[in-house]
Amino acid sequence: MAFVACGACAGDASGNPAQDATARAPAVADALPNSIANDGPDDGQWARPAKDYASTRYSRLDQINASNVARLGVAWTFSTGVNRGHEAAPLVVNNTMYVVTPYPNVLYALDLATGDKKWQYRPKPRAAAQGVACCDVVNRGAAFADGKVVFNTLDGNTVAVDANTGREVWRTQLSDINKGETITMAPLVVKNRVLVGTSGGEMGIRGWLAALDLASGRVLWRAYHTGPDADVLIGPRFKPFYASDQGTDMGVKTWPGDAWKIGGAGMWGWISYDPALNLIYYGTANPGPWNPDQRPGDNKWATTLFARDPDTGEAVFAYQFSPHDLHDYDGINEQVLLDLPVNGQTRKVLVRPERNGYMYVIDRTNGQVLSADPYGYITSTRGVDLKTGRLIYEPSKYTKQGEVVREICPASPGMKDWQPSAFSPRTGLLYVPHQTLCEDAESVEANYIMGTPYVGMNVKMYAAPVPGRTRGEFLAWDIVKRKPAWSIREDLPVWSGALVTAGDVAFYGTMDGWFKAVDARNGKVLWQFRCGSGIIGQPVTYRGPNGRQYVAILSGVGGWSGAIVSGDLDPRDSSAALGFVNAMRDLPARTQKGGMLYVFALP
Amino acid sequence: MSSRSRKRTAAAVMCMLAAVAVMLGARASRTVASARPSMRVCADPNNLPFSNDRGEGFENRLAQLIGRELGEPVEYVWWSQRRGFIRSTLNAGDCDVIMGVPTSLDMVLRTQPYYRSSYVFVTRADFGVEPRSFDDARLERARIGVQMIGDDGANSPPAEALSRRGIIRNVRGYMVYGNYADSMPLAPIMDAVARHEIDVAVVWGPLAGYYVSRTRAALRLTPVSPQIELPFLPFVFDIALGVRRRDTLFRNQLNDVLSRRAGDIARLLDAYGIPRVSATRRSS
Repeated sequence: MAFVACGACAGDASGNPAQDATARAPAVADALPNSIANDGPDDGQWARPAKDYASTRYSRLDQINASNVARLGVAWTFSTGVNRGHEAAPLVVNNTMYVVTPYPNVLYALDLATGDKKWQYRPKPRAAAQGVACCDVVNRGAAFADGKVVFNTLDGNTVAVDANTGREVWRTQLSDINKGETITMAPLVVKNRVLVGTSGGEMGIRGWLAALDLASGRVLWRAYHTGPDADVLIGPRFKPFYASDQGTDMGVKTWPGDAWKIGGAGMWGWISYDPALNLIYYGTANPGPWNPDQRPGDNKWATTLFARDPDTGEAVFAYQFSPHDLHDYDGINEQVLLDLPVNGQTRKVLVRPERNGYMYVIDRTNGQVLSADPYGYITSTRGVDLKTGRLIYEPSKYTKQGEVVREICPASPGMKDWQPSAFSPRTGLLYVPHQTLCEDAESVEANYIMGTPYVGMNVKMYAAPVPGRTRGEFLAWDIVKRKPAWSIREDLPVWSGALVTAGDVAFYGTMDGWFKAVDARNGKVLWQFRCGSGIIGQPVTYRGPNGRQYVAILSGVGGWSGAIVSGDLDPRDSSAALGFVNAMRDLPARTQKGGMLYVFALP
Repeated sequence: MSSRSRKRTAAAVMCMLAAVAVMLGARASRTVASARPSMRVCADPNNLPFSNDRGEGFENRLAQLIGRELGEPVEYVWWSQRRGFIRSTLNAGDCDVIMGVPTSLDMVLRTQPYYRSSYVFVTRADFGVEPRSFDDARLERARIGVQMIGDDGANSPPAEALSRRGIIRNVRGYMVYGNYADSMPLAPIMDAVARHEIDVAVVWGPLAGYYVSRTRAALRLTPVSPQIELPFLPFVFDIALGVRRRDTLFRNQLNDVLSRRAGDIARLLDAYGIPRVSATRRSS
């Protein structure tokens, strides 16, 4: 059925004159045969944060729909007892809901029928990890596989817990907080391999992605994101599309001296998987910790999309989004895997609303960029050269210490940070929660860490100077037409994930605590509910044991954007939280911290 | 007398009393009990020469000295000095004073500075004549170590000064956080000079001075110049105590102690090998 709607989209698009070789005709949505069976019923569960391997965050449940969602009400709630930013998606498997909290990373198992707590598991991460995490002590969720719930702790452990008993099955120490490494991402389980990456690009780490054996926790492979090809797991199968990504040991040669050894390029975001191609896709974080002047070169493989074989970790191709990153445009955002007819041919693509502000459509078999369109206000770059694949920087926005550069857009959190989008095959739209911020990099100030004075950039963020001048937006992007279908301006950055369903309802939350249901076709707000704290979590939906559909969200403000509330930052210090506080001074008056699960249902 | 003017008079009396209390507090702090049952120090448990949880740093010793002067026992709240240190400790109300902050740090209320130090060049004797300036031509070829901070766009001043001169490829970075599993996390950059892995390290004076005074490595320290590179890149910093912005009375008490015991504090800093500079260091 989904294809009928998209067939209509197709008609519109094929009527457009071809702009370039990449102009495409109809979009057929989705996706991967065994991640979403398009014709079959939804299993009603939510076993990983993105729902499916294609990362659509789309549910085929349709009991709750655009005509009845206005009657949604609270079914039950649960307090997590933790006051920091709650970014995780609750999981639902076998009539049990699993919730992982920010530090101290407690895992709760809740009975779907009663809301009762079945058990809790406390991994007791080392308290010192809190001082190492850059941007609040968040956790982005767990993954369910083979009777285990697997998740990461802030102090660098991956743990597998028996989903029935709450007993620890294995625990593997992957990273070292003494060297600045923490883990905040949600793992992805592919073919009995648990994929985990590290955070800490601000701390002089050398980033990596590792695969652990789901049964034992043993490390099967680890691919570094800087250094010689042997360490990056680049071998004979590696065929990047663009010349600037080709060559040997680029992870060494594109750095001065041995700066690659502390070059950052962590991985704290999202991984997708295509079972037919047997490839995983993910992006790496920003290079560090030097300011750009001290790391001349492309700084590979920071801010880079990798396609790898999950069995061996071998890289099959790579594409660097932001060579020689100037503005902390981490490349860890989600990639939504779609099959898209282009010039009469079905192309296997991935769609990435990238941090640098461009909506990339990339051929996921070879890494060719088919299109890269701005999805917001950009001043820091001029576009993406589709012949070379290179991002074209705007020289006047190059930051230098001792000089004031104003209106760098998007600001360091990018056009979109970690908060994942959702795709509906019924509308052909990608629902993108994001922020619309610019920043000034002003003068310098002395600071003091570990007894060493240094001079820093004083970054101040504020709403982009576009009509409405708000700090955030919930955007519906038409993938075929390559432009917005509609958008909802939000006063605050939209730091929550998105969810869309076959009932043609899209869900998201705001940082002042409104959980909203909107019409997936036109953006009309159909229902909203005020939660106890701001929302930066990921909404999910499931079928309960009684056969009814539910929607769940964690409220609990925090994260980089909400640190002013969860971390009690001083609103007078405009450079706190790396400059984000300046843009969020009003947040403490508008919400309180506090972690709470809300579950909604129709009456 | 109207009730309004009575209130005003009462307020004026209160102000006078408060002023007297301040003066008394300043003059006779040994005997006048403060509101605090103890002086709670926000400190890093593993950051020699500044502090550690065995009380071996010069900031530990200075805290003891001040505590005795104020007649208050010293307690510690330990927290790694990384991002969020001040907001998680001092500004969270968990402790009352940070023993070392630059006077330009406006997140806190600062006392008068109790020392002024400089970034220094650390070299071995076989380097030849000691380097004195970032413009020394030998720096273009020497292997140079600098410290880095992982704040976005931020760097230690030496890294910035070198990159402005195009000195990049021969510069090696050492994370200012170091390896926190070691007893002196910041030592590796100076170890590297002693081991001939690099030729020059550019390090904050107190670190280098302590290292050289406590090891047998025959290393030489030379303050860098210029002291301030234009438009605004200082290499010399005044270091003060930091308290919460509203704690002006406590700040005044601390200033008094710093003045009264300046001689003892100078001897304490000498004992730790902390090099100091004056604002008008003679050029040579």
